[in-house]
Amino acid sequence: MLQIRDIDCYYGEAQVLKSFSLAAEPGEILCLLGRNGAGKTTALKAIMGLVRSRRGSIVLDGTELTSLAPHEVPRRGIGYVPQGRRLFSDATVMENLRVGLMTRHSGPQVLEHVLSLFPILRERLGQRAGTMSGGEQQMLAMARALCIDPRILLLDEPTEGLMPSMIERIRQSVLDLKAHGVTTILVEQRVDAVLPVADRVAFVENGRVTGVEPAALLAADRRLIDRYVGI
Amino acid sequence: MSFFPHLLLALLEGTVAAAVLALSALGLSLVFGVMRIVNVAHGEFFMLGAMLAWWIAKMVPGGPLAGFLAALMLAPALVGLLAFATERLLLRRIGYDPEATIVATIGLMFVIQQLALSVFGADAKPVAAPFTYRIAFPWFGFSGYKLFVVAASVALLLGAWWVLARTRFGLIMRVTQFDRETATAFGIPVNQVYAAVFVIGAALVAVSAVLIVPIQQAHYLMGLDPLLMSFIVVIIGGLGSIRGSVLAALIIGLADGVISMFFTPTLASIIATLAVALVLVVRPQGLFGVPAR
Repeated sequence: MLQIRDIDCYYGEAQVLKSFSLAAEPGEILCLLGRNGAGKTTALKAIMGLVRSRRGSIVLDGTELTSLAPHEVPRRGIGYVPQGRRLFSDATVMENLRVGLMTRHSGPQVLEHVLSLFPILRERLGQRAGTMSGGEQQMLAMARALCIDPRILLLDEPTEGLMPSMIERIRQSVLDLKAHGVTTILVEQRVDAVLPVADRVAFVENGRVTGVEPAALLAADRRLIDRYVGI
Repeated sequence: MSFFPHLLLALLEGTVAAAVLALSALGLSLVFGVMRIVNVAHGEFFMLGAMLAWWIAKMVPGGPLAGFLAALMLAPALVGLLAFATERLLLRRIGYDPEATIVATIGLMFVIQQLALSVFGADAKPVAAPFTYRIAFPWFGFSGYKLFVVAASVALLLGAWWVLARTRFGLIMRVTQFDRETATAFGIPVNQVYAAVFVIGAALVAVSAVLIVPIQQAHYLMGLDPLLMSFIVVIIGGLGSIRGSVLAALIIGLADGVISMFFTPTLASIIATLAVALVLVVRPQGLFGVPAR
């Protein structure tokens, strides 16, 4: 279980997260929903240790993550798909996957499993990542994170700028991961993008979580969504 | 001598200069490319490599070959050790801040220079070549050792390319260079990579110094030229790019050899500086450089 309690994060002197608290249950898909600049991406970066919190705690199955060096966080089994994918675009597809495999010394069976989830990548292993289409790059970003063999996967706007068919493919992948027991924290701006896959939705505004509701409840009663974000 | 022998001699000398320059520039390029810092003390690591080569060659019994081989192994190791201490005690403490690093390494440059003066003295130090073999051309003779320097540099450059392109550590260096935050998010200890790259960069320039010192005597002020020439090569070739460094070193080395032979060394320096200005205007990331994220 991942438990975030009262963290404060800053960029310089600007406070981005204010007493941010959240808990993700094992195997669930938890979506962070909020406007641009609400603090969703910073929350994911804080979990990864890429932005340090000045207060509060982030605990994964009893381990305090804020006391670890940033490079030790992914070794605890947290995979990260950053916004804009941030592939190593000059490296090949296989080299990008190798970076993921190295993180926790994952074996060849992990690579096989990942390639079975994204078969198109198997045909492109020698291709430079930067020369792939946007959808293929998103698949590679997810595959690279899955090569860690994560217990928790953090996805930052994975459907941004993708064609509907590709969005559906990504959604299906997230649901496949849930079936394999992976906890997913998914950041999105659009409510329609999260309701079909989410178990729960956390609304983020001005660096705080303003409420957490079951996705099924939100789908059944749209007025609840209006109450939180007015969309 | 007529024109062709002059040209051949200039090209041979230029190739030797280019080979050593590519090696020393590669060290600077790796540090510049991966760590995004300017190591102004790079030339002093070269000077220290040459001074240590002289000292080790003098101390080791068994003739020039034994002394040279000992220097080739020990001088880069000692310079690498100094680089490791510099990274730990200086660069890491200032957070690899680009501006603070320039100031700190300028200070380090003077410290190393003055220590070398105090310990080794102000005289130029000759080091005997490990072997004397002369290749006889119809118009002139050429040192076999100089061709060995070219071969050794090419072998080291190929080795560096192999490490960067084919090994796990090379991949780690490349992805750290490309995007340090994402590299961290995949468990890469960026600070340790930085330490390794800084040591490798210093060791490479020290190797180039050991190779060159039987041709050019060791002196405590000899670090400035390699520093400037390495910067020129790195800017033209592109940060962290081996093929860029090699190509730029070839262009600069050969041009320097030919222009110095037929005109003046000053004109060669002016043209090299103009080439840097042109690259900075037209292609700021260099011929083969990749803009960082």
